[in-house]
Amino acid sequence: MWNKDIETIDVKKLRSQQSKSLKKLVEKVYKVPFYKKRMDELDVDPSDIKSIDDISKLPFTTKYDLREVYPYGLCTCNMDDIVEVHMSSGTTGTPVVDAYTLNDIEIWSEVMARTLSMGGVTKSDIVQNAYGYGLFTGGFGVHYGSRKIGCLTIPISGGNTQRQLQVLKDFGSTVLTCTPSYSLYLAEAGKEMGIDFSKMPLKAGFFGAEAWSETMRTEIEAKLHLKAYDIYGLTEIIGPGVAAECECQKGLHVFEDHFYPEIINPETGEVLPDGEKGELVFTTLTKTGTPILRYRTRDITYIFKEKCECGRTHRRIHRLLGRTDDMLIIRGVNIFPSQIENVLLKQKGIEPHYLLVIDRVNNLDCLEVQVEMSDDLGFDEVKVIESIEKTIEHALHNELLIFAKVKLVEPKSIQRSEGKAKRIVDNRKI
Amino acid sequence: MIKQISVFMENKPGRLLEVTKLLASNKVNIRTLSLADTAEFGIARLIVDSPEAVVEILKNNRFTARITPVLAVEVPDDAGGLAKVLEVFSESGVNVEYMYGFVEKRHPDKALLVFKVEDPERSKDQLIAKGLTVISEKDIMF
Repeated sequence: MWNKDIETIDVKKLRSQQSKSLKKLVEKVYKVPFYKKRMDELDVDPSDIKSIDDISKLPFTTKYDLREVYPYGLCTCNMDDIVEVHMSSGTTGTPVVDAYTLNDIEIWSEVMARTLSMGGVTKSDIVQNAYGYGLFTGGFGVHYGSRKIGCLTIPISGGNTQRQLQVLKDFGSTVLTCTPSYSLYLAEAGKEMGIDFSKMPLKAGFFGAEAWSETMRTEIEAKLHLKAYDIYGLTEIIGPGVAAECECQKGLHVFEDHFYPEIINPETGEVLPDGEKGELVFTTLTKTGTPILRYRTRDITYIFKEKCECGRTHRRIHRLLGRTDDMLIIRGVNIFPSQIENVLLKQKGIEPHYLLVIDRVNNLDCLEVQVEMSDDLGFDEVKVIESIEKTIEHALHNELLIFAKVKLVEPKSIQRSEGKAKRIVDNRKI
Repeated sequence: MIKQISVFMENKPGRLLEVTKLLASNKVNIRTLSLADTAEFGIARLIVDSPEAVVEILKNNRFTARITPVLAVEVPDDAGGLAKVLEVFSESGVNVEYMYGFVEKRHPDKALLVFKVEDPERSKDQLIAKGLTVISEKDIMF
């Protein structure tokens, strides 16, 4: 255990620590115009928050709010104290920004060190970090945790499968971090290259950034000969390191001294008791750069009532059970159909009637955008159609940062429905 | 110049059959048909009598169809017939988008070559100036 004192802390003590952190947090965020306005609207004063149980009096924050305050509107510290930013895509192209102080980077390193330690990682390990380095939080989050433990960290970043496998062989990596689907892709490609994973020193893998299942875990563990751990996080909160599985692999412990979880009824906003399924909400108790009150993740899960056999007292959430919105996660990247729609509306030669078809081919997610051509399109030449498809593919790539295949289809061939249009066909068997 | 019908079709089994069945039930005789195909879609190009009416029939039956003006050049059905026409295009820097040919009904010894070019009017004049026979709608026998 990386930090036994905190990870196995007595629950009463934990609540009292959380209460202190929350009071301090609320006083601080009340100075930010965005939060002051929200709290005033609900008629809540910082003095009303006396313990962690008063958290339900505080306003929620949504992705929509974050768009409003882009880029620095949530900063509670002096701008000079911000040392790093990360971003993920927002619903309509305005990204969500997380600005970190040195304090926040230290928290991030700590929770990621706990995460990796839960899977048995020590300073003797060699961590091949195949999450993308850059604005995406995956690469840096693992990097900070791995460095804190003192592992040899290989910052190989995502992609370039041949090199991944070469490095895996040559450096004797013992830990692999990437999306679960990419790990399976590596397994297949490695097999083709003649790598026998049962003879490789790999012992653990930390997989997150997209939904996966117990079936996938069995497959990954069998093919790569390692123990596969589920990790959870989101840019808005800190990145990876919000919650992670311990050696029992039964739910993900939330690092509650830093991130306070609630489950709410997504329709009414009412807080639900542990054990009941609803929308996951987080408050960052200790961050100083861009702390966030009661962030609605749109992820659906529940909090386990039972204590974990590992001895940790921090509560566990179940593997994610779904979303309350239409966000898609494709190759670890968050994508909203509205982003695609916005790109399509700007294109010539097509109608804004589209269907998104998602598949998993060779363990990699593939997104196909079927869109109707205009009735008056001069489609008589193959090159006209192909050039429109290429142009849209390029525009989508700029917006989504991943490749989506575009297929022009006949006008009026996409099924119209009354009410909410059925725009997504997800054929992935996760 | 003649009017060709272009029909866009997704690559699905039976799609071309549906087009031809529809035309048959409306007593439309297809004089010639050429297919451009890719992995995902095809474009059927047809020469028929009264193309405007046929496009309406297709559209009313939810096909994506339109009229495209193309050049039809009559050449003797001998060696070198096509080369002569292409020489004219080449000299004037005209790019042929696509072409196909068929044998004429009224002159079995002649062939009709159909060309899609960017500016058919201009190419037509250049072909006529070189003594080639560019034929019009009414010259085709259905």
